[in-house]
Amino acid sequence: MSGDVSAVLAKHQHDPTRLVQILRDLMAAQRHLTPQDLTAIAKGLALPRGRVEGVAGFYSFFATEPRGAYRVLFSDSITDRMAGSVELRQRLLDAFHLRLGEVSRDGLLSVDVTSCTGLCDQGPAMLVNGVAIPRLTHARIGAISALIRASSPMEWWPENLFSIHSHIERRDQVLSTPFERGEAVRAAIRRGPDGTLEELQRSGLRGRGGAGFSTATKWTACRGAEGRARFLVCNADEGEPGTFKDRVLLADHLELVLDGMTVAGHTVGAKKGFLYLRGEYPFLVQPILAALEERRHERWLGSEIAGVPGFDFDIELHVGAGAYVCGEESALIESLEGKRGIPRNRPPYPVTHGYLGQPTVVNNVETLAKCALIASHGAEFFKLRGTAKSTGTKLLSVSGDVARPGIYEYGFGVPVSQVLADAGAERTQAVQVGGPSGTLLSRSELGRRIAFEDVPSAGALIVFDESRSILDVVESFAAFFAHESCGFCTPCRVGTTLAAQMMGRLCHGRGTRRDVKDLARVARQMRATSHCGLGSSAGNPVLHALEKFRPSFDKALASHEVVPSFDLDEALAPAREVTGREDEGAHLTEEAT
Amino acid sequence: MAPEKKKLRVATASLAGCFGCHMSLLDLDERILELLKHIEFDRSPITDIKTCGPCDLGILEGGVCNAENVHVLREFRKQCKTLVAMGACAVNGGLPAQRNHLDVRDCLQDVYLVGVGVSRGFIPNDPELPLPLDRVHPLHDVVKIDYFLPGCPPSADAIWQFLTDLLAGRTPHLGHGLIHYD
Amino acid sequence: MSDATKPGDAPSLPTFTLDGHDVPFTPDQTILQAAMAAGHYIPHLCFHPEFKPHGSCKVCTVKVDGRTMASCTTQARAGAEIESSSDEVRDLRRNLVQFLFTEGNHFCPSCEQSGDCKLQAVAYELGMTSSHFTQMFPDRPVDASHPDVLLDFNRCILCELCVRASAEVDGKDVFALSGRGIKKHLIVNAESGRLADTRLAVEDKAMSVCPVGVILRKRRGFRVPIGQRTYDARPISEVAVDQYRRATRGDE
Repeated sequence: MSGDVSAVLAKHQHDPTRLVQILRDLMAAQRHLTPQDLTAIAKGLALPRGRVEGVAGFYSFFATEPRGAYRVLFSDSITDRMAGSVELRQRLLDAFHLRLGEVSRDGLLSVDVTSCTGLCDQGPAMLVNGVAIPRLTHARIGAISALIRASSPMEWWPENLFSIHSHIERRDQVLSTPFERGEAVRAAIRRGPDGTLEELQRSGLRGRGGAGFSTATKWTACRGAEGRARFLVCNADEGEPGTFKDRVLLADHLELVLDGMTVAGHTVGAKKGFLYLRGEYPFLVQPILAALEERRHERWLGSEIAGVPGFDFDIELHVGAGAYVCGEESALIESLEGKRGIPRNRPPYPVTHGYLGQPTVVNNVETLAKCALIASHGAEFFKLRGTAKSTGTKLLSVSGDVARPGIYEYGFGVPVSQVLADAGAERTQAVQVGGPSGTLLSRSELGRRIAFEDVPSAGALIVFDESRSILDVVESFAAFFAHESCGFCTPCRVGTTLAAQMMGRLCHGRGTRRDVKDLARVARQMRATSHCGLGSSAGNPVLHALEKFRPSFDKALASHEVVPSFDLDEALAPAREVTGREDEGAHLTEEAT
Repeated sequence: MAPEKKKLRVATASLAGCFGCHMSLLDLDERILELLKHIEFDRSPITDIKTCGPCDLGILEGGVCNAENVHVLREFRKQCKTLVAMGACAVNGGLPAQRNHLDVRDCLQDVYLVGVGVSRGFIPNDPELPLPLDRVHPLHDVVKIDYFLPGCPPSADAIWQFLTDLLAGRTPHLGHGLIHYD
Repeated sequence: MSDATKPGDAPSLPTFTLDGHDVPFTPDQTILQAAMAAGHYIPHLCFHPEFKPHGSCKVCTVKVDGRTMASCTTQARAGAEIESSSDEVRDLRRNLVQFLFTEGNHFCPSCEQSGDCKLQAVAYELGMTSSHFTQMFPDRPVDASHPDVLLDFNRCILCELCVRASAEVDGKDVFALSGRGIKKHLIVNAESGRLADTRLAVEDKAMSVCPVGVILRKRRGFRVPIGQRTYDARPISEVAVDQYRRATRGDE
């Protein structure tokens, strides 16, 4: 067994639920996982080897093939592309005479793409050996190329390369109310669990992760469920392209979130909480660990919190490894247990059968921040903002074609047009609300409001002005879902790939009326029969665009109902190469049929 | 004598196929005579006509593996009002498509240059020979196909059912026993 | 209501309707289980009467009071109106089977499982004449390393039955899944990646549950000629109901 493996296993106490963390640590130490590593890990954790290999093969940050000493992953969100990431990527590839996905011959560099890294307000962005670098420019790419060529250790790279800005552009309740560590916990202790639940109930708080389920109902169900232990999970696996509000909350308002988690623990009777942080946010790891340590020191975490006998609660940080589907609560729990992030069959729901089969509450970061606010200031204060059905405020991540991308906090019910005006959007053609799985709004719909009763959203607005091709947007979203499908169920596994292929053909002038018909058929199939929310919303971009931007599709169509799904002449190229033929018969032309 | 109803004109050909489907067509036996009351053959191995004229129905066996297949397939699509993919190869590439995970350059080099028993070999480059595509495709990857008749080959009974449905103006329907992929 | 009923106490069992027919069920049954027990076939691939419902292939999709659900994992509910044989539901199922044919390499004429293959038989049942979409033609090398068993991954539909059988019945964990999305694939439990280096034996349950032709006994393939096989004789709608009843007779 290599020294790295035994050290990492020991660090994690040979606990199989820590498998994802173990593989992360090993990746950081040696850049890829060898077959021998996987065998050793399986032995060390007393797991079947296939289980370990299956987990290693599931998360996109794990590599079972050698990668470059510098592994560069370009964030490939639509906003990165709009900001020029494709050209910058090509520049880096050209500098090293590399192709995408390849490792340079000297083993120095590999370049690939990854899904949105949550830096849409300061893209294009990349990850180098897991470390985020935002605001890429030609100058930055030049500097990075030079550092890589010199094999400069990343600790020596100029610090400003890595600095992440928060870009808070508009503050309301959450972002402007002063907050002191422990203030919400103290209030929760004063009220007691019943009182806290009552306050939460009166606040009308609904989950901010997108689904909008009543938080009080969720907590009550968990609190009343039978189990050996209860658990609380803060879902910071913010993977929806265009969404970065949780990143900013955790960076600038961490105490509010941690207080919210502790209040939740106190209320539902959980002794353990997990903060599941997406792997794309490594820059938040140290600040979070430091804050947790301080809290333990000040007895806001640990046993007998604030001196209250029996109030024991601690928080463990768990970092993801590149899998959007883990934002789905039951997939997230699987991942916490050290497994492939496959959404479970439901019922039963996590509130009764969650982490290790025990009652578990999974709440979004913003939801928990609001819980802290409600505990501190009460339901009435909270309800000063928002609408009757959507109380409180919403943090919106605004990116794309706007003058001031960043975080905007409004009371629920704000019209999209107002957000656009505040962010400095001009000549807006369309807005994607809630990321690819959300709603595509056309110009005529910009008067609609952000609220559960109108346009529900986890809080992302990606703005497209008139210069953008809607087909490129949809193609990017389709490729995203194909990349992120867990592959469990047939409709999503195959449907997302077929949709991405057809959108690719459309964007390259090979699209046909049959493709358009099939796109709708595949999208409806995914919506009707998929296993989880990822699959059932994966067809939304296609269906919304077909409904609202049909002329864009029609313009892109080849003139015939069917054209070959592949380039005929290119398909003869390999045979031309080995026969040396270049005569007329060695070529095929595109022709009308 | 009553004026004869105009017969449907039918063309058939085999692309990257083995003619097995055509053999199955011949297996219709005496039913061919009945069929000939309603149809007449244009281009087909049965007539040995080499080019396809305007037809009501085209029936193609085999997938698309080379440039010539593409030309014939396009000719059929242009000339035939209704085009049918007959047999496993036409429907999903079939046996020939099992080379699709191989590089066609390696295939040609193996067969003509470096394979066991080859001495002083060369890869044929006569312009008369159709060049192979990098992959074998089912027909519907290249043109619009109106109906699929699966089977390797489809049985004579399946072909009979399919054609009589079509001639009667019904959407062909193959029930249990007639629908087969093997 | 269900508290008062005992298994076997047929007249007092609660019922739902399946395409207008009353179907009785016991409290532990899902829609698919109750339907099959009552002799109504609902097409399925990843479901097996001896294993916990999995819910991955979605071929058993039905409409429950207007909502599309996988019938294998949806608990039966008294009074529910279930639609299983409408054109709409059959279209959804056919699309899924076409998806499966599109993503793998399913060349029935050269497959020794042809005629005994559930994927093929379900496709017949749904009247599928082509896979419709653009074939993906993935590269999936076969594993012939084991002396008695051939693994042909080209045909794998990722139902996980072998994974489940090897883990739950054989206690060997010979099979597992790796990869994600369209790159998800079956693997074996060996550092070499070869079946020969696992503990698989021909007597294992995992040998007999594959619905398609992935896990094959060597030197067996054509003992029964093509044309005389399971689904050549009878459609899967009849065979599956009989098999279900045989498999569950013990515990009903």
